[in-house]
This record gives sequence, structure tokens and C-alpha cells, in this order.
Amino acid sequence: MSDKQKKKLTALQQEYQSFAKAREPGRPVTKNILRAFIVGGVICIVAQGISDFFLWNFDFTEKTVGNPTAAVMILISVILTSVGIYDHIAQWAGAGTAVPVTGFANSIASAAIEHRSEGLVLGVGGNMFKLAGSVIVFGVFAAFVVALIKTILAMLEGS
Amino acid sequence: MLHGHQTWLFNNQPTIVATAVVGGPFEALGPLADDFDLLHGDLWLEQDSFEKAQKKLLEDACAKAIQKGGLQKQDVQFFLAGDLLNQIISSSFAARTLATPFLGLYGACSSSMESLSLAALIVNSRAANYVLCGTVSHNGAVEKQFRYPTEYGSQKPPTAQWTVTAAGVALLAAEGEGPKVTSATIGKIVDMGITDPYNMGGAMAPAAVDTITAHFRDLDIDPREYDLIVTGDLGRVGYEIAADLFKKHNLDIPAEIFKDCGMMIYGPDQQAEVLSGGSGCGCSAAVTYGHLLNRMKKGELRKILVVATGALLSPLSYQQKESIPCIAHAVSIESSQ
Repeated sequence: MSDKQKKKLTALQQEYQSFAKAREPGRPVTKNILRAFIVGGVICIVAQGISDFFLWNFDFTEKTVGNPTAAVMILISVILTSVGIYDHIAQWAGAGTAVPVTGFANSIASAAIEHRSEGLVLGVGGNMFKLAGSVIVFGVFAAFVVALIKTILAMLEGS
Repeated sequence: MLHGHQTWLFNNQPTIVATAVVGGPFEALGPLADDFDLLHGDLWLEQDSFEKAQKKLLEDACAKAIQKGGLQKQDVQFFLAGDLLNQIISSSFAARTLATPFLGLYGACSSSMESLSLAALIVNSRAANYVLCGTVSHNGAVEKQFRYPTEYGSQKPPTAQWTVTAAGVALLAAEGEGPKVTSATIGKIVDMGITDPYNMGGAMAPAAVDTITAHFRDLDIDPREYDLIVTGDLGRVGYEIAADLFKKHNLDIPAEIFKDCGMMIYGPDQQAEVLSGGSGCGCSAAVTYGHLLNRMKKGELRKILVVATGALLSPLSYQQKESIPCIAHAVSIESSQ
């Protein structure tokens, strides 16, 4: 908790919070990091296998094989989400399943499933990007800023 | 009647003549499965949304309680209910089916004892002969309302709790066979400034302790008069904190008579899913009206105090960084034998 928030608490509240904190189990950080490392790595190995499969069997190059590989990973994630397995893996794996593209696909698919009962347009359409929306907004904005810096640097070099 | 600051004594002995408890598939795997009147194998209850499933749970429990009480639904004079969805739709929609005069309540997970204490007050004052009261929660519907989509893969911390899929309903009568509701202590809001919605137990424990302390102060009795003092849904984390708070405040409650419904409803093999314990307003209602009253009927318990705890936050309020105001209501139930 930030200092600013803590100042607003009364002495009694502060006393209770440290009293309660001593009795609450914290997040098992080391265990979570290890699990995330293992599961994240396994997902990458699977994706590497799919990528190699496309490279050997079809007419792809190192550059073009990325798109079909991501598409297959997204498909796997969406299938696991819709049969109700992905969230159980995620509780165990944490960031390991959240960081790869599978986590992004899960956030969209789960929101779409969740709001299906409110109809296709207002339900699925309106809520699909409820969680992924902020990733897209800040992702696009960050890309814009980086591209702007790159363009300015290129112009300075050229002049 | 009013005794001390915030406690009602029910001298006319409102009687719980019938109760009904309906649960979902995950509750069917728990240690209290035998205490449910009806268990659904399908989380959707053959409905096309979780919200409708939650309404169905409450409707089923109401119908069962009325049937067990040997009444028709027109014999019930008032229906008091609450749930956790926006605008308490499940309660209102179930009341539409019942077509009984209805008072909707919201006290988050404390609604179970809020409704029971008010129902007892109505019956005790002879304002009605039969009052039905109950609460419901559904894992899918409530998680959707308060947290992330059910299938979203987020890692919950060990302090998080699992919303119980269950409805518990009690039928109170002015006369009849069954356990008596003898007193109720209405709690006040306690806010210790906790803002983490994944730590409800830690937020609610001081409210439970406040109400229990008030109960014994108002009635001037010893905690050992009760065979069991049970909190609604503090979970393991909140339970430990509450037990230590009692010690700190010199209220001597032996560990063997202090329990928590959220820790009773699921077994050790369900631990990985439920984390700190069960929660939701179906939790305390289902455990009390099912398991605890059954034990009372068997003569294992004579007098119990049920303290339902509620966290009065909304998804909006915690996003705006508001702290979580909490409340607890205590109701004492005594065996008639």
C-alpha cells in the first residue's frame, strides 16, 4: 500500500491491518515464479514445435511462419478456455499462462463466453474486449510513441 | 424485545418449522452433501444463464420449504430474501413466482441472518403467522458480478474465497414444532480500511468480532452457554484473525465451539479450488439451515449462535479504491427439546 493511502487510515485501522497482515498467508512468490517459468517455457516449446512443423511441411520462411503458429496457439487456448480447463491451468501456472499469446486469447474468449447470455451484439460484441481492451489501447499507444521516436531519430540522422 | 444496545429478545419464540437447502455440483462433493434437500448435478440447472440458475436455486428451496412445512404458498404471509446480484434480481424474481408479499434485502453475505432476524421479529410481534426467509448465491453468477469472467485464467491469492452455489430457506411460524429463534444482534458497519477484494476474510473478521462482543455484552451471558458459535464466511484467513482478536479483546471463546461455515462446506480435497474457504450468502444459509439444524434435531447441539458476515463493497467501489465496509448479524437458535 502506498504511503499516501496509509496516511488516510486511522491509528486503529493501521493497527488492525498490521495485526491482520501477520496472520494472512502471502502469495507464494518463489513457487509462483518457478511454475510460471516452467509452464511459460512449455508453451514456448509447443509453439516452437508447431513452428518447425509448418517450416518443414509447408512453404513458409522464418519470417512468415510466425502468423500461422500464433493462430494455432490461439486456437488451442480458446478450445481449452471453452471446455473449462484453461482457468484451472492458470491458477497453477499464474504468469506462465497469462504472458504468452494464449493468455490474451483466453481473456477475450472467456469474456465472450461470459456475456453470451446478454446477446450477440451487446453481450459478446460489447464485452469481448473488456479485459483485453486496455492491453490493446496501451499497446497501440506505446507502439505509436516508439514509432514516433524512431521516425524523429531517422529524420535527424538523414539531415 | 430490545435488550441492551442492539439486541432483540424474542419472547414469543418464533419457530423454524421447516427449512430447505439446495446446492450445486461442487457442493455435492463436499462433506455436508447429505444435509442438502436437493443437489443439482448441472451448474446451469438446465437454464440458459447463471443468473437464471441462481433464481431457480432459490425457487426450488422456497417450494421445498413450503412443502416440508405442510403449507401452500398462499399460506405464507411474507417473504424476505436477498442475494448478491445487482438489484437483488434472483430474490425479486423468485418472489414473483411465489406471489407472496415480499421484502428484498441486501446485506451481502450477512443477508441470511439479516432476513432470519427480521422474519423472527415479524413473527414475534404477531405481525404474521408464517414468514419465509432465505438467501441464495451461485458461483458463476456472483463471480461474474464481482470478479473476472468464470473461465478467465487469473491466479487467485491464498486469501481468496470460493462463492458457494446454494440456496437456504427457512419457514418461520408463530407456533409449531422445531428450533426456536431466541435472540438477534444487529451489527454495525466496521471498516478497517482494507481495500483488497481478494481478502474478504481479513476485512470481515473485525465486524464479526464486534457483533459477537456486542451480543454477549447486551445479553450479559457467557460464550459457553452456546454449543456452537459459527461465523458465516470468514474462511481460514478471517477465522484465524477473528480467533486472535477474541484473545486480544479478552473474550474467552473456546476454539472447539467456534467454527466457520465457509470452512465446513468443502472438504480437504477441494482445497486447491476454494483456497481460504467458501463465501456467498448461500454459504451461511445452507450450512445453518441444513447441517446445523440437522445436528440440532439429532440432539448434538442445543443452542447455537450464527453470525453471518457481509462485505458491503461493489465492483465499482473497489475500482475507485474505496475500502470495504463490513457487517455481521448474529442470531441465536435453540432446540425446543
